[in-house]
Amino acid sequence: MTYKLQFAELLPYWDILLHGLIFTIVLTVISTVAGIAVGTAGAAARTFGPKWLDPIVAAYVEIVRNTPFIVQLFFIFFGLPAAGVKLTETTAAFLAMVFNLGAYSTEIIRAGIEAVPKAHIEAGESLAMSRLQILRWIVLKQAFQKVYPALASQIIIVMLGSAVVSQISAEDLTYAANYIQSRNFRAFEVYLVVALLYLLLAIAARAILRGVGRIIFPKA
Amino acid sequence: MNDFSFWVILSNLLLATRWTVLLSFVAFVCGGLVGLALLFARVSKIPWLEAATRYYIEFFQGTPLLMQLFLFFFGVALLGLEVSPWLAASLALTFWTSAFLTEIWRGCVESLPKGQWEAGETLALSYTEQMRYVILPQAFRIAIAPTVGFSVQVIKGTALASIIGFVDLTKAGTMLNNATFRPFLVYSLVALIYFALCFPLSWYAHRLERQHNVAR
Repeated sequence: MTYKLQFAELLPYWDILLHGLIFTIVLTVISTVAGIAVGTAGAAARTFGPKWLDPIVAAYVEIVRNTPFIVQLFFIFFGLPAAGVKLTETTAAFLAMVFNLGAYSTEIIRAGIEAVPKAHIEAGESLAMSRLQILRWIVLKQAFQKVYPALASQIIIVMLGSAVVSQISAEDLTYAANYIQSRNFRAFEVYLVVALLYLLLAIAARAILRGVGRIIFPKA
Repeated sequence: MNDFSFWVILSNLLLATRWTVLLSFVAFVCGGLVGLALLFARVSKIPWLEAATRYYIEFFQGTPLLMQLFLFFFGVALLGLEVSPWLAASLALTFWTSAFLTEIWRGCVESLPKGQWEAGETLALSYTEQMRYVILPQAFRIAIAPTVGFSVQVIKGTALASIIGFVDLTKAGTMLNNATFRPFLVYSLVALIYFALCFPLSWYAHRLERQHNVAR
C-alpha cells in the first residue's frame, strides 16, 4: 500500500495557518526587542554595574543556557502559578521567550563590550563625557556593531525555538499545525508545509536582519 | 508525607534521566558520524554535491527541531513501518545534530590555510588522503571546543522528544506534575538535573576554548 500525499486538504484551513504565522512573527519581534533590552541591561550590569550584581546576572545566564527552553516555559507557565503568579498562555510564552533571549544576548553583548579598547573609554573620560554618555556613544555602539551577526543568528534560533510554545496552547504556527492535523488527519502534509513556512520565515528574517544591519552600521 | 513524595519525585526523575542521557548519546554519536560523511561532501569542491549538502544543512538549521520530530514521527509511519517515539526521536535528532556539526566542522576546515590542501596535492595525495592525513588532524584540534559546546545543545534538544511521547526527563516531569500537582517543585528539579548534565560540558567547552586561544 502506498500513501498519496494530499496537500489540497490543507486549503480550507489557510486562515488558521495565517493566524498562527502572525502570532509567531509578533512573538518573535516583541521578544527580540525586549530580550535585547534585557541583554543590554544584563551586559552593562556585568561590566559596569556594582560588584554584587555580577554573580546574580551570571547565574541567570548560566541557568538559562544550560536548561532546555521547554523546561523554562513549563516552569513559568505551570510552576509560577503555584507560587502565586497567574499567567495566560500568551503572557507565559512572551515571558519565557524574553527570559531566554535575554540571557543569551547578555552573554553576546558582554563579549562585544569586552572587546572595546580601554583607551576609547579613557578618551571619552578626557572629553568630560558622563558615564552614561560613554556607555551609550562609545561602548555600546561599538559593542553592538561587533556582535550584530551573532545577535542576528541568535534571534533566528529563538524564533525556531518558539515552536515549543504550542505545548502550553499559545496559538502560534505549530499550534495551528497541531490543530489542523487533528481535524483532517493529514499530519505529514501539515507538518511539511509548516516546516517550509518556518524555513521561509528564517530566510526572510535573515535577509531583514542583514538589511537592518546595513542601515544601523553603514560600511560595517 | 511531604518528605516521602519529594524522594519519590526525585528518584523517578533520576530514573528518567537515563533516557535523556542515552538519547543524547545516540544523537551525538550518530549525528557525528553522519556529520563527518557530510563534511567530506560539503568541502568536496564538486558543485552539485556541495549544493546538495548546503540545502540539507539549510533545511535542518532553518526549521524548528520540533517540526523535524513531527515529520519523522508521522513520516516514517507513512512508509508503513511501525514507528516508536524512540526511533523517530533518534532519527530526527541524528539528522539535526549532523547538520549543525557539519557546519561547525566546515568552519574549522576552512580556517586552515589553503597551502595545506595544495601541499597535499603536490604530494599526489587523493582527496580522501588529503582530508585524512593533512586536513582533519589539524581541523580536529580547532573543532574540539565548539563540538563539546554543541553537545549541550543536543542534550537540551532531546527535551523536545518528550512531545512525541518519548519518556525522558521532561516527560517524566510532566507526568509527575500531573500526579502530584507540585509543578514548582517538579520543574525546579527537572531544570536542576538538566543543569547538572549541561553545565560541566559548557564549562569544559569554555576552558578548552581559552586553552586554545592561549596556545595560539
